[in-house]
Amino acid sequence: MPKTMFQKVWEQHEVAPETADTPAVLFIDLHLIHEVTTPQAFEVLRRRGLAVRRRDLTLATMDHSTPTRTEQVFGGVPITTTAAGRQVQQLERNCAAAGIELLDMHSDLRGIVHIIGPELGLTRPGRTIVCGDSHTSTHGAFGALAFGIGTTEVGHVFATQCLLQRKPRTFAINVNQKLRPGVTAKDLVLAIIGQIGVEGGTGHVLEYRGEGIRALNMDERMTVCNMSIEAGARAGMIAPDETTFGYLADRPRSPSGAAWERAVERWRALTTDPGASFDREHTLDAALLEPMISYGTHPGMVIPVNGTVPNRHGDPVFDKALAYMGFSAGQALRDQPVNVVFIGSCTNGRLADLRGAAQLLRGRKIAGNVRMLVVPGSQQVKAAAEAEGLDRIFIDAGADWRESGCSMCIGMNGDTVARGEYSVSTSNRNFEGRQGAGARTLLASPLTAAASAIRGRVTDPRELL
Amino acid sequence: MDKISTIRSRTVVMPASNIDTDQIIPARFLTTTTRDGLGQQLFADWRYAPDGTAQADFILNQPSAAGCQVLVAGRNFGCGSSREHAPWALLDYGIRAVISTEIADIFRSNSLKNGLLPIVVDESTSRWLLENPGTEVQIDLASTTVQLATGLSVTFPIDPFARYCLLNGIDEMGFLLQQQERIAGYEARHQDN
Repeated sequence: MPKTMFQKVWEQHEVAPETADTPAVLFIDLHLIHEVTTPQAFEVLRRRGLAVRRRDLTLATMDHSTPTRTEQVFGGVPITTTAAGRQVQQLERNCAAAGIELLDMHSDLRGIVHIIGPELGLTRPGRTIVCGDSHTSTHGAFGALAFGIGTTEVGHVFATQCLLQRKPRTFAINVNQKLRPGVTAKDLVLAIIGQIGVEGGTGHVLEYRGEGIRALNMDERMTVCNMSIEAGARAGMIAPDETTFGYLADRPRSPSGAAWERAVERWRALTTDPGASFDREHTLDAALLEPMISYGTHPGMVIPVNGTVPNRHGDPVFDKALAYMGFSAGQALRDQPVNVVFIGSCTNGRLADLRGAAQLLRGRKIAGNVRMLVVPGSQQVKAAAEAEGLDRIFIDAGADWRESGCSMCIGMNGDTVARGEYSVSTSNRNFEGRQGAGARTLLASPLTAAASAIRGRVTDPRELL
Repeated sequence: MDKISTIRSRTVVMPASNIDTDQIIPARFLTTTTRDGLGQQLFADWRYAPDGTAQADFILNQPSAAGCQVLVAGRNFGCGSSREHAPWALLDYGIRAVISTEIADIFRSNSLKNGLLPIVVDESTSRWLLENPGTEVQIDLASTTVQLATGLSVTFPIDPFARYCLLNGIDEMGFLLQQQERIAGYEARHQDN
């Protein structure tokens, strides 16, 4: 019987299949950890006298609570708040005691957890990957089954390298045709979330398919899979192909030599069989999409950048969201003044994203009313961008160029947007207060963010390309 | 973990849909390294004004909310991040069950592992509960039913294994640790990608 890619990866990892009474015991190939969602799990291990079963399949980094100012990262200046500092130190102690490899503040391999897995060659087709972070869905871009877990489950993986899981349903997102110039993977995924809704994927694993997906490079595919969770999905996956293998070849921890050849052969067999059926399907045409921007307080509240805020006559939740944003139904967002522009995060903090933004900013200045932060997703992304001179383009334009981390996507490290300010952000969530209490977030692509920084107002990037 | 069998309580109602984990517990409170005391910060940005004073019109600051153990919320409660701090904060505050027409996957899983009951009901039951704040409900985990003040009893879906663990006060770690031999067998034959 034909199988989907998800079914194949799931079945390869069943230590015990699910029954009516018990969930499946699922083996985890890679456990990524960071400072925020692990302290309480390490505490459980200590209390129960348990060890980490597979240190070799566990990798730690620090990203959420870490500063991005160079002098704070490397100059010995104390970390932003004492609580954040304690959390980072706790991770150092916990990893040392458990024997887990940690990419610490001074490692040139450190970065956002979902950026370092792929760039090290640890994120691979057919692997099961978990992390105490909902954007673990990012890794599905390689044909891995990757999903976010809670801290109790982090403890389960520490102790047993397994999770108890019910099998999710499958949901095909068919993307016909290719995106047009100026329209990016971020616009595609925002459009998908707008169409299926922020709860549209609940209980499902998405598989993004079709010409519009095949045409994307790996950085772009990661942007799409990253936001699967914003549609409520358990995970998002994209079938591995030559683009995937090209990305993984010669990565530091990718297989090499004969092992590489065997791996590629296995990976080719993972794709969804012809005739396999999905529990649900949704189809859209990438060539019809425009650059997208969010206008409300969840990522499903999106419109084309030249569109107008819709009217949901008398829906109190909708009206409350608009009141929070300071918008009204029927209003155009184009030319909305902007206070802050943030380029970075696990959604759009990779080299392709920085190149896109730099392409617009080259030889231009950001508007006087805008504060702009460019935060590479990892120290490796930072080094690669600097080798191409992208840092100079950002700095010359008037932006801040920082060390890597989650930064203003979540604001845990002090990189925040002030109350009432408008931020055009390449991150993943426009929830109330996400970028700081009272902050108003407009989610957009790196191109739209850069164009809006230049004009100081929400701008269609195609006008500046 | 304490055994759970029944919860009898008045309800507190938050009708908004898509109440996300950043509202339940804002990210700036996630620098903690324990799970204690998060009830103080539950719904912090809705509960407190910027100067720290209580927002009188927020439901949890009203006298009617005192002692309520059941939160009735709009569709897709708990969407967003994987932070287990969300159920920790609700439990620390005193909420023991959340009723909605849809509850986000990771939040639901995190809740079950901490003894917070995520209860999904049909549209009409949800509408009645949203329109009758403060009504008394009785949740019975053994029979997987919610008994309403109208006398109506509705069943709710729950994973049988999670239900077994909650009724008996055992956690999943114990079950997984019993699988060590099978896991070792799997590891010996598993072809890693």
